[in-house]
Amino acid sequence: MNNSFLLDGEDVPFIPGQTVMQAAAAAGKYIPHLCWHPDFTAHGSCKLCTVKIGGRFATACTTRAAAGQEVDNRTEELTAKRRTLLQLLFVEGNHFCPSCEKSGNCVLQATAYEMGMLSPHFDHFYPDRAVDASHPDVLLDFNRCIMCELCVRASREVDGKDVFALSGRGAKSHLIVNSETGRLADTDFAVTDRAAEVCPVGVILKKRVGFAVPIGQRDYDEKPISEKAVGKVADGVKEAG
Amino acid sequence: MVIKSMHDSLRIPGSQEDSVAAAKIATILDRHARDGTRLVQILREVQDAEGWLSPATLSAIAEGIGWPRAQVESTANFYSFFHTRPLGEYRILFSDNITDRMLGNQDLMRSLCQKLWLEPGHMSEDGLVSVDATSCTGMCDQGPALLANYRTITRLTPERIDEMAHLIRRRVPVGDWPSDWFHVEDNIRRRDALLDHGLAPGEALAAALDRGPAGLLGEIERSALRGRGGAGFGSDIKWRSCRDAWGDAHYVICNADEGEPGTFKDRVLLSSYFDMVVDGMCIAGFAIGASKGFIYLRGEYRYLLDRLETRLAQRREAGLLGRNILGRGFSFDIEIHLGAGAYICGEESALIESLEGKPGKPRIRPPFPVTHGYLAQPTTVNNVETLALAALIAVKGGEWFRGIGTAYSTGTKLLSVSGDVARPGIYEFPFGVTVAEVLEAAGAPDTQAVTTAGAAGSCLSADEFGRHIAFEDVPTGGSIMVFDRSRDMFEVARNFAHFFAHESCGFCTPCRVGTAVNARLLDKLANDHGSPYDLDEMEKMHRLMQGASHCGLGNTATIALRDMLAKFRPAFDRRLHSPDYEPGFDLDAALSQARQMTGRDDPGAHLTDNLSAHAGETPSEAQP
Repeated sequence: MNNSFLLDGEDVPFIPGQTVMQAAAAAGKYIPHLCWHPDFTAHGSCKLCTVKIGGRFATACTTRAAAGQEVDNRTEELTAKRRTLLQLLFVEGNHFCPSCEKSGNCVLQATAYEMGMLSPHFDHFYPDRAVDASHPDVLLDFNRCIMCELCVRASREVDGKDVFALSGRGAKSHLIVNSETGRLADTDFAVTDRAAEVCPVGVILKKRVGFAVPIGQRDYDEKPISEKAVGKVADGVKEAG
Repeated sequence: MVIKSMHDSLRIPGSQEDSVAAAKIATILDRHARDGTRLVQILREVQDAEGWLSPATLSAIAEGIGWPRAQVESTANFYSFFHTRPLGEYRILFSDNITDRMLGNQDLMRSLCQKLWLEPGHMSEDGLVSVDATSCTGMCDQGPALLANYRTITRLTPERIDEMAHLIRRRVPVGDWPSDWFHVEDNIRRRDALLDHGLAPGEALAAALDRGPAGLLGEIERSALRGRGGAGFGSDIKWRSCRDAWGDAHYVICNADEGEPGTFKDRVLLSSYFDMVVDGMCIAGFAIGASKGFIYLRGEYRYLLDRLETRLAQRREAGLLGRNILGRGFSFDIEIHLGAGAYICGEESALIESLEGKPGKPRIRPPFPVTHGYLAQPTTVNNVETLALAALIAVKGGEWFRGIGTAYSTGTKLLSVSGDVARPGIYEFPFGVTVAEVLEAAGAPDTQAVTTAGAAGSCLSADEFGRHIAFEDVPTGGSIMVFDRSRDMFEVARNFAHFFAHESCGFCTPCRVGTAVNARLLDKLANDHGSPYDLDEMEKMHRLMQGASHCGLGNTATIALRDMLAKFRPAFDRRLHSPDYEPGFDLDAALSQARQMTGRDDPGAHLTDNLSAHAGETPSEAQP
């Protein structure tokens, strides 16, 4: 049998050992995701990449591709589930897109547009999360954290620093930094760290560059994420492979 | 934060107090060989010594075990029984299962708070005591129950609460409180094959060694034994896969994190049938080729810890554990790890994470623990009851066991029966028994509903009591909670929803936020703001969480709720304020803080809608 599977009826080749997500990305197919990134270990927590494989729900980022698999991705049922997941993320944190400097470059926002999310739907939780402006070069605005742990993985796997960790449990989960004071300034974090680049939302923000690119000319202002992300990711996966 | 800085300011850095604390921490770290995988045990012992886990303490521990500080903090903040802020010399936690509520725990908790002049969840002004609620402590047959500095107290009464308040105010150590308060009954009401085993300690183990690993696995296969934790996975398949998996070492884990609300059978097995459990663990070790086992004991059962350690030591001396067991060349030893208040650690991969010193978050599966478990080595995780049954099978054989129960569910099942029954306690029945027979045995003539797998399973109504307890009909881990016709099933649903919101590990979006949304929706109904729309929202959460969640917790968290919505709809409909949409936000209630601050409650202090309702009421009557 060929090393390929069917994604929404289209043939997608894979290299043995690849996940459904890796193979799809390499083939230029978009499976919505927030916590997955081609450069880091899969996490499987945001559940945006939930697909249906042989009639069963599974996360594309943690499921190995197998020959002959039939994978549903952009179906009405899955889009509805993903929209609900996005809405849950929006009400869990404090996401005020119009005043957020990440607007237009934000993966959460762009994915919400892609999934046709028109409102947060649920009652907001309005959590009380303090901002950490202690670091000279980087601001942490925890209000927008979606617990994807990309910064945790980047700091651990690439920077070798373990600057970030997720703490607490359940709805009280929150991002912490590696210092007794709880301040980023008291860690060995540097603006040149990979972890400074990787936040898909607006938690880790470099100071003094916020609006250098005007709104309207940003990543997802140009193209929807399904076209934009796939190009980027496909390049990354090809290079990595 | 204010409390913390106040506390810190009392300490002079480099003071004698600090160096004593540092020495204590160093002793504890050394006892655990500064091994990070023992972090949950280290945190508990340090907290016992220090009262709480201060930022400086966490730094010292992180340095001691060579872990990033953030990871130590992450573990410390995951478990309910660890506190990173001071909560007083006395920490009182009321068990808040629905069965405790039905026995009046809320009034008792309010009363204790009043007597001690404090609010639930907050430390008293003098730093002496804090009172809060905690998830089911496994004493549903003798509730209401609480934990006083993590020691179990059962059968609470208003008199006991009065006396407790006095004892706390007089600073009497918990160890000197009346000893009968700490008494835990077994309450065994019906015995069958397991509870009437009649075997001597080590007898089952000797029989297993006689059979040899292959013969033993053959008997387990013939018995068709399935895991008693609830999922019912074939024990022989689990053991064989583990045995066949390559690894430097193999491990046996006894899952004694009995956290499902309403279950307490493992408590009884550990208390009074511990030798059968240990025999079962040794047998499992013999079958899979392991020489080390862990008992992961839930933090709520801490009162059992010393007793169990003592018994393990006695068995070592008797040649029933440790090196060269029974002189037969087989070596196997057991270590007990204590949990720290996290229901999710009953999930096997979360349990293993916890054993490794991390927050109890379920791993991505596959790989499964049988190939990549504890320290990434082949590991079998079995329920307490499953291990005890394996010991029984080692002696009596698979055919004999298979003769009990049904074709797909062989053997007996221990049921923890609580709630509205005359005789709450442990009932051992062969699989296939009907719910009605269980109710009859326990004395429950006027039953409205039965939850058959704690908060995480089905809720049956009276017309279903003819159904059979078996994996193929009504599967159960053993928690049977009974609700008579006087009970409000809405409050049952609400209690469960809050339980799951509290216990969700927070790893995946649908469970972390979905359980919180459900709890809020039920509170909205309870606060008289419900509409049919909210009930539809709960259905929607059910459809999302089932399938999209990362583990069994999220996948089962809405089953009972959905059952109750379908079968006890009037209990929910009664709560609906409006047939149309009703917002959760209440403008008038939003003014309540202003009213409280100004001491006003006249009609002018309310919005117009409520004017007529409040007209003529005196301020005190209008208080909510």
